[in-house]
Amino acid sequence: MIILEAEGLAITFGGIRAIDQVSLAVDGGQVFSIIGPNGAGKTTLLNLFSGLYRPLDGRVRLAGEDVTGQAPDRLARRGLSRTFQNLQIFFRMTALENVMVGHHRLERTGILADLLHLPAVRRQNAKTRQAAHAALARLGLAAQADRVASALPYGALKRLEIARALASEPQVLLLDEPAAGCNPVETKELEGIIRAIARDGVTVVLVEHDMRLVMNVSDRIHVLANGRTLAEGGAAEVRTNPDVVAAYLGIHGTQEATRAVG
Amino acid sequence: MPAILTHRLAVLVALAAIAVLLPLAFPSAYYYRVAALVFVFALAALGLNLLMGFAGQVSLGHAGFLGIGAYAVAIGPTHLGLPSWASLIGGAALSGLVAFLVGRPILRLKGHYLAVATLGFGILVAIVLTNESGWTGGPDGMPVPSLRIFGWRASGSVPWYWISAATFLVGAALAINLIDSPTGRAIRAIHDSETAAGVLGVDVARKKLAIFVISAVYASIAGSYLALFNGLVTPDTAGFLRSIELAAMVVLGGMGSILGALVGAAILVVLPQVLTVLHDYETLVLGLILMGFMIFLRAGIVPSLAGVLGGART
Repeated sequence: MIILEAEGLAITFGGIRAIDQVSLAVDGGQVFSIIGPNGAGKTTLLNLFSGLYRPLDGRVRLAGEDVTGQAPDRLARRGLSRTFQNLQIFFRMTALENVMVGHHRLERTGILADLLHLPAVRRQNAKTRQAAHAALARLGLAAQADRVASALPYGALKRLEIARALASEPQVLLLDEPAAGCNPVETKELEGIIRAIARDGVTVVLVEHDMRLVMNVSDRIHVLANGRTLAEGGAAEVRTNPDVVAAYLGIHGTQEATRAVG
Repeated sequence: MPAILTHRLAVLVALAAIAVLLPLAFPSAYYYRVAALVFVFALAALGLNLLMGFAGQVSLGHAGFLGIGAYAVAIGPTHLGLPSWASLIGGAALSGLVAFLVGRPILRLKGHYLAVATLGFGILVAIVLTNESGWTGGPDGMPVPSLRIFGWRASGSVPWYWISAATFLVGAALAINLIDSPTGRAIRAIHDSETAAGVLGVDVARKKLAIFVISAVYASIAGSYLALFNGLVTPDTAGFLRSIELAAMVVLGGMGSILGALVGAAILVVLPQVLTVLHDYETLVLGLILMGFMIFLRAGIVPSLAGVLGGART
């Protein structure tokens, strides 16, 4: 079943077509990767999916419903969550509190109850805290729970963003370059994490430059170049697609791809 | 900040102890008067701190709500025949409504733009209060009848000390509750990243508006108390300088600190009284002292000192 779908998406910035007639369909439970050279429009596409940008043209459908142009918080409440390439961490809050905010869409208390700290709020806080601890543990951050986010190293913050997104119990999780700045060991861990997330039935849309990671985890790969679709297929297809090799991977990328095979 | 959350009860107990023990050190009724003013302004600063310190939204027009609350308890009994307590509640409701209507368009603005828009709002309220002299007495202001509850008349410094201290405690308890709740986490998230908060399902515009309304109600009640306590109200209550003073209390005491609101208010109320002995140099010295605080205790007095006492907390 198709859970996330783009149809003829387009957006321009100052006359430049950042995304130009892109259509794609993501099956539920898949790991769907979007790759392409710098400036291909990968993050722009994620911003269109998550409602941060409104498309000039085209439609976005989430679980069969047209959600084109809906605000990010409404999409979040429909089960779409994401992480950011340039970290968007709540730096004044602890790691645990960051992840607790992730659970916000599932919290059910009113502002008056919150002011009076009614028993319902206490119960909700306990539930949220429990969910947040579980999400932190999944990302190996249990020991950092009570540290202020601004005191955490970069690698931990990248994982914190994933934990925070998972705490919203999404149907679809958009990951924007989760491996950027990670060492090979961390990247390998990330591979396991992405697989585990997908195993739980969460659809993962991955934007990533690390080809080895992409080739290893992806069920399907969509290749963008200059805002347009260049190719789509399984890892093997994309890797051997002459267009992709020529126009996108280039000499350096070909070497990279060869290493990924080995 | 996490320390404050885990010690929520400790903060309240400490505040209650201060309020109860402080009068033991008062040699005269004059001290009650100053302390009552401290708690009244601390209440307004606390509300503003929820907006500025926790949600990260600047307001340089909060004296406008102080003014609405103050004139409510003047106009209500004088022109409308309402009891003072009902006028106080009506003023708070009106402030909340005005905040709701004004906040919807202006809370879309960020940083300096929001600061200037709220500044404009505050000035607008002061102009209305000055010009509608038929209702407000114009630039000279108007007298405010005393608060009466069940035949008891609240007048003088001692009763107002206890009323304002108790109300501040209630306000602090509500603020502490709010911070440790889904709404509180959402507004603190907005402070750091509106984008991330939105993507996680926080209705950013609505949460900002809610906190703006709450902070307006705090300021309005403080304004009503100020007017009832002084027995007189003038448009200066809603003036530009008052707004700046409230914002200064928040920043000086410490953004995002419950105790900071009280400390900031205490310094800005007490220091000018103490410095009157310097006559001509009063304002100059006050300015220098404030600059000194901000240079040496950058995060505000309470967070900076807590940082020193609590070790290397970032």
